[in-house]
Amino acid sequence: MTAFLVRNIGQRLILLVFISIIAHSVVHLAPGDPSLVDPSNPRMKAEDIARIRAAFHLDDPLYTQYAYWMRDLFTGQLKSFKDNQPVLGKIWDRFLNSLPLFLVTTLLTWFIAFPFGIQSALRRGSLLDRGGTLLSYILISFPGFFLAYICIILVVKVFDVPVIGISTFGLEDAGLWYQSMDRIWHLTIPALIFASGSIAVLSRYVRSQMLEVIHMDYMRTARAKGLSEETVIYKHGLRNALLPFITMFGLMIPGLIGGSVIIETIFSWPGLGRLGFEAIMNRDFPVILTLNFIAAILTLAGTFISDLLYAVADPRIKLQ
Amino acid sequence: MDLAEHSGGTLTDQQITPFREKWNLFRKNRGAVFSLWFLIFLLILSIAGKLLTLYSPPFNPATVRLSEKFLPPLTPFKSDLVKQADAPPFAIYLLGTDELGRDVFSRMLEGTPVSLTIGFVAVGISIFVGIFLGGLAGFYGRIRLGWLTVDTLIMRFVDIMLCFPTFFLILTVVALLPPSIYNIMIVIGLTSWMGTARLVRAEFLSLREQDYVMAARSQAIPEMRIIFQHIVPNAIAPVLVSATIGVATAILTESALSFLGFGVQPPDATWGNILSDGKGYIFDAPWLTFTPGFTILFVVLAFNLCGEGLREAYNPKLRQQR
Repeated sequence: MTAFLVRNIGQRLILLVFISIIAHSVVHLAPGDPSLVDPSNPRMKAEDIARIRAAFHLDDPLYTQYAYWMRDLFTGQLKSFKDNQPVLGKIWDRFLNSLPLFLVTTLLTWFIAFPFGIQSALRRGSLLDRGGTLLSYILISFPGFFLAYICIILVVKVFDVPVIGISTFGLEDAGLWYQSMDRIWHLTIPALIFASGSIAVLSRYVRSQMLEVIHMDYMRTARAKGLSEETVIYKHGLRNALLPFITMFGLMIPGLIGGSVIIETIFSWPGLGRLGFEAIMNRDFPVILTLNFIAAILTLAGTFISDLLYAVADPRIKLQ
Repeated sequence: MDLAEHSGGTLTDQQITPFREKWNLFRKNRGAVFSLWFLIFLLILSIAGKLLTLYSPPFNPATVRLSEKFLPPLTPFKSDLVKQADAPPFAIYLLGTDELGRDVFSRMLEGTPVSLTIGFVAVGISIFVGIFLGGLAGFYGRIRLGWLTVDTLIMRFVDIMLCFPTFFLILTVVALLPPSIYNIMIVIGLTSWMGTARLVRAEFLSLREQDYVMAARSQAIPEMRIIFQHIVPNAIAPVLVSATIGVATAILTESALSFLGFGVQPPDATWGNILSDGKGYIFDAPWLTFTPGFTILFVVLAFNLCGEGLREAYNPKLRQQR
């Protein structure tokens, strides 16, 4: 077990080093340059650009820049090109905004996808099952930005509620009740749009897992013993069907950054995805690189946790 | 030739080619067959659209008619202010006009070949890289380079690529490079080959040990010929299935990039940037948002359903689960 942990963590650390090198080279070798963001600004003189380049070490060779990046990142000194704020602090602030969105999305996904997937497996071929299958294909194929605009029109026209941003401007003095209701309205629509795609994927997956389990020998044995249908399905069937989903806990973590760029931009939600988009538009290399790095850490940590959880949940699997 | 014996069938069984067998399975999935016809229709439409928008004046998507702004779909053309030469095709605005009085129907036609080309070329690149690296890892995986095997080297590289947040990476590179559709195709292709590489490697690993490969080796057939004539055709089916779904994903990614303002630049139209331009007028001219939006939805849906149908045809065990 200890050997497994040491080797696995070691392998992931090595991968992480390579990921950071590749990310750094991709961003720095691409032709766009941070000092060229605003070329039409008449107050930007050649010597200003030279000063900016020197201040950000942009004239040093790539490996020196990489070393500076790594050193600053781990000492917490890394500053954004745009406003000279510490990168880690900026990311932490945005992370706190993204977190509620992520949590609500995850809860919605799990609480809708699991019952739905199980029911459509149990009633295979019924109207619910076939309708659900078609609906999930439609949801998978729906362009997120289009869905977002449809929802905005619907909510603004039918319910007359503002949905852009994290809360309504000018409501700071309102009572706690109004403020929290306002927050919940602003949270619901983007969370639903985020969740729609994952609900579709996850419920299909739950359904196929459940269908596989239903025909197992131990299900027949359980029925033959005379157990009630509920016990057979929910105790013998569901517990085995759910096993692979433990791994999903780990695999969902990286969704915090990657999946949220467009929806957060449309809803002006000041989260990680929007921070990434702003950083890209401003050629803010330290923020782009650090976000990429954190996403990679989250992915690696996610697969590691899911391996561990799977081994804990399923005694047939031995870690070596 | 042993087919009849194996399946215990009669002579007629022999006449069923593998392709015929798959096609019969595919045909049972009505959604998939309908999607296939829809996609064939779309392909013809996109070729016609390319030719018409380039060479036929009424279809010119860049014709500006400022007095004809924001006309709803199916408005007949009867304006005195616009020259007769600038009339829309069939003298009717099939899908309405936009904020410059351009015909949305012609603009959608112009966008169709762009989106399809990006989808197909991006997936082509990702399949090519996937088969090359996956095949290398599967067939020559045991060769050692120093203290690492080829297999370890390639599969660790796949792991590394899987760790990047894909859309964020695509956005970064596309935003840094000068805007052009070729960059988008290449970037989408180079960030989506990992699944194919894993599939191909698994197929190669099992096919490499098959008797017919052994037989081919014993006849001293060159290795390249074994790989490309004997192994690749047998490994290609699952790749094509995932490629069909890959086209859907690539079209979605492209439309998202165009929507954010990268990719194809304004005078030229794609579905994504028609929607992006139209979203500002969503309350006054909803057709500018809904036409491209539903087009993207239906095309992506058709690719997904078609891919699912193919997957079932090649893997009949899945079908029993439905």
